[in-house]
Amino acid sequence: MIREYKTIEEVAGPLMLVKQVDGVKYDELGEIELPSGEVRRCRVLEVDGRNVLVQLFDSAAGLNLAESRVRFMGHGVELAVSESMLGRVMNGMGKPIDKGVAMPQEKTLDINGTPINPAARFYPSEFIETGISTIDGLNTLVRGQKLPIFSGSGLPHANLAAQIARQAKVRGTDERFAVVFAAIGITFEEADFFISDFKKTGAIDRTVLFINLASDPAIERITTPRMALTAAEYLAFECDMHVLVIMTDITNYAEALREVSAARKEVPGRRGYPGYLYTDLATMYERAGRKAGSNGSITMIPILSMPEDDKTHPIPDLTGYITEGQIILSRELYRKGYLPPVDVLPSLSRLKDKGIGAGKTREDHAGTMNQLFSSYARGKEAKELMVVLGEAALTPIDRLYAKFADAFEAEYVSQGFYESRTIEQTLDLGWKLLSILPKSELKRIKPELVAKYYPKD
Amino acid sequence: MVEGRILKVSGPLVIAQGMREANMFDVVRVGEQRLIGEIIEMHGDRASIQVYEETAGLGRGDRVTSTGAPLSVELGPGLITSIYDGIQRPLEAIFKKYGANIQRGIDEPALDREKEWFFTPAVSYGQEVVGGDVYGYVEETPVIRHKIMVPPGKEGRIAEIHAGKFTVTAPIGKLQLEDGRIEPITLMQKWPVRISRPYREKLPPVEPLISGQRVIDALFPLAKGGTACVPGPFGSGKTVVQHQLAKWSDVDLVVYIGCGERGNEMTDVLREFPELTDPKTGRSLMDRTILIANTSDMPVAAREASVYTGITIAEYYRDMGLSVAVIADSTSRWAEALREMSGRLEEMPGEEGYPAYLTSRLAQFYERAGKVTCLGSDGRIGTLSAIGAVSPQGGDISEPVTQATLRIVKVFWGLDSTLAYRRHFPAINWLNSYSLYRDRLNDWFSENVAKDWMPKTNELARILQQESELQEIVKLVGADALSPADRMTMETAQSIREDFLQQNAFDGDDSYTALPKMYALMNLIFSFDKKARLAIEEGADVADIAALPVRERIGRAKAVPVRDYAQTYAEIEAQIDTELSALTQGGAQ
Repeated sequence: MIREYKTIEEVAGPLMLVKQVDGVKYDELGEIELPSGEVRRCRVLEVDGRNVLVQLFDSAAGLNLAESRVRFMGHGVELAVSESMLGRVMNGMGKPIDKGVAMPQEKTLDINGTPINPAARFYPSEFIETGISTIDGLNTLVRGQKLPIFSGSGLPHANLAAQIARQAKVRGTDERFAVVFAAIGITFEEADFFISDFKKTGAIDRTVLFINLASDPAIERITTPRMALTAAEYLAFECDMHVLVIMTDITNYAEALREVSAARKEVPGRRGYPGYLYTDLATMYERAGRKAGSNGSITMIPILSMPEDDKTHPIPDLTGYITEGQIILSRELYRKGYLPPVDVLPSLSRLKDKGIGAGKTREDHAGTMNQLFSSYARGKEAKELMVVLGEAALTPIDRLYAKFADAFEAEYVSQGFYESRTIEQTLDLGWKLLSILPKSELKRIKPELVAKYYPKD
Repeated sequence: MVEGRILKVSGPLVIAQGMREANMFDVVRVGEQRLIGEIIEMHGDRASIQVYEETAGLGRGDRVTSTGAPLSVELGPGLITSIYDGIQRPLEAIFKKYGANIQRGIDEPALDREKEWFFTPAVSYGQEVVGGDVYGYVEETPVIRHKIMVPPGKEGRIAEIHAGKFTVTAPIGKLQLEDGRIEPITLMQKWPVRISRPYREKLPPVEPLISGQRVIDALFPLAKGGTACVPGPFGSGKTVVQHQLAKWSDVDLVVYIGCGERGNEMTDVLREFPELTDPKTGRSLMDRTILIANTSDMPVAAREASVYTGITIAEYYRDMGLSVAVIADSTSRWAEALREMSGRLEEMPGEEGYPAYLTSRLAQFYERAGKVTCLGSDGRIGTLSAIGAVSPQGGDISEPVTQATLRIVKVFWGLDSTLAYRRHFPAINWLNSYSLYRDRLNDWFSENVAKDWMPKTNELARILQQESELQEIVKLVGADALSPADRMTMETAQSIREDFLQQNAFDGDDSYTALPKMYALMNLIFSFDKKARLAIEEGADVADIAALPVRERIGRAKAVPVRDYAQTYAEIEAQIDTELSALTQGGAQ
């Protein structure tokens, strides 16, 4: 039985108080019918006696306390799912907006999902070849991983994400895969960039898009990523597909969350973000993975722009604590024209160790990776010293390291958005660069591998 | 049984009325799905309840019933090798019964009710027993002999005791209490998690917890029964350090609490530990591990409970006279759970929104660690060491959780992101980390490893300190300005950093270093330093010394398998002599 109330008492910001209700449940979905007949949606945030506090997904404009009616639907926010979602465009609340045919519904799912039992997870270990050296060689992505891109305004994170979506494959398999794309409060141009890129490569037929643009209601952004993840879970765990989820921009999501929290007058954590931001982000990010009873997987690439390029800002900071690594973009490399400008040293993939090595990539992968990292770090230090004291102050070996660092940026990092390198090409390139250094410096690589792979000239 | 009705629902907090008769900290069942919750505040007949499961779908008027008992854990055989959630529900059994995702309102007993254990009595009819005395034994895993103990506070005479196979709830005998009542004895007992299990006496910790991690054992050792914390920004290798400690610590049992962390990390432990062998016993590491997993996507209130669940289980094994380590990853997530509940209760916040009682709660947790004389007539000694990861926001250790933790714990392993960027792992910063146990452990090390262990390790620290001072000079005026002796110090410090402190957790031979090998490796580096200094006095150039081929062999010495190291190190030692003398003689000609 759906009950209707005309007892809206207060509207303030994204919140609304409804009095004298009965049987309304926490987290229940509601519909508000305006005098004009327009219907907007809302969600119960708190039940307190016979009062309920609800959060509006749309603006409150035009809402009339006396005349508007609220209906509570008896369930939470849900998404109708089916395989025919592929190729469709939906808004942030999961309604198709592409004028296509009505979608058959196989079932509806609560968008909050349920936590995966850690005892039922499979540890992600299948190497994904993205064709990008800085990722494949140094920050290897595996199926079921959540690896965010930390970017800043004006940096080409969209191009990098599109490149990954375009080039990513698991070698030697021919399984079905899909892309779920969630645009969270980004501009039309940015969303259009992704859509036209997907169209160009034909990926659009295997893609589900959830679009909440900058001009759409801000609070709707709270549901957009969850809609996308619910679709992804259905495709991955019920249709056995390998799903790549791209969500951009998480910063807009967190801001919507802050808006609601501030309206509720909650005690803020750092920078005004709610104290539960970590838990809230975790309930999204943790939906990536692989689990027993299904062959599918969800690999997640959230994109977030760091305000002032500050990695310690709460959003990137808390994200980094949840995700399995991060790809950080560097303004300095971008200015030098090195694309994709992946800042190698602070970037990290936590799951790389299980995805690389003999049988997966190549036996020398782990050793060369560590060696490239530490040599590049030392090279950069040497270059800093060089700036202060001049080249003459460096020891001969440090001069070689400085040379290595330059070559590494110019050849290894810089590859452009349209070049795809195989893992062998990436590893060989690594060896070519390491050969700038004498063999005795390669302490991180096993001697027998140095003997086998060190280029002979 | 007290029954009330829901008045208010706000996230994990539910307020119910009609609860006047309920006790504080009673476990209650909420709503039709019988979600598990705990009373954390009482106002008249209104109880504030933190619910350990997702509360969506609850509404006013839903039924709340009190179980009349506080949140407790089941203690008995079958705990080891298990994985539990924050309120001790068995995740493996839940997975088998309910599928890959955790549904709500699941009610599964923590200990398997079907499984039978073979019990061997250690007491006989008519014997007087007190709390802590041992009824008998169960071989729980090949490495842990589980003592079935008289629960604390119980006292009486054995009226009946049997050997044989029993389930955890079946009576194995009868105990006649002092007042004449007769109670059945079972393999299982219960204990409320928020109350620490009693012991007879606390003792100062004097024995090190050997972790096989060079930077820890040599520079910042932890004592058995001690407390340590590992703060670090994300990506600095906190979890790897914690996993290494869980794998290689020379304790009898490890309780690993994944508190608000990644699901895949728990899966990793779950899949990897059964494959690894414990260097001490030669058996699977899982045979001495208990996992508590309350991952970040699981309900936040259960995260608050998870550290108590973990440490209560650990105390139970400590009471058997075992050495136990509790590893909590991460206490910051636990503090955040406290903060969230505190916010919902509309309490006045302290620093950064954390509740004012944050420090005292943290202190209570760490104070449950220690070396103790256990209850029982045999005076056995057990230790409980607590290691907590801290995840400071932005890596800034001035934040409240890190600061509150540092006031309590005695060992600080500070992780450093710049070291991590250089792939120097474990990224424990040798300049700001400390261990207050070093002096206390001195005697043990000089008796069991080497007389000069302490002076040698002090020397390591001294050289590293000196390096950081010299580096300041180099940054200003360049390396050429240093005297040859100082340049040699820089070389040796680099060798200490790269060849000793760096340790590859993923390399079979390097992952764990036994103390004798650690000592030999330290000596190898010092020996080179000493001999090189003599060579410098005889006119050798530091740059030439630095370029000697033997340096590379020293660099690889840490990964030499433990059975070969004595011989290999002797060879390297000989090579040092030949190469250095070639250098000085070459210089003389």
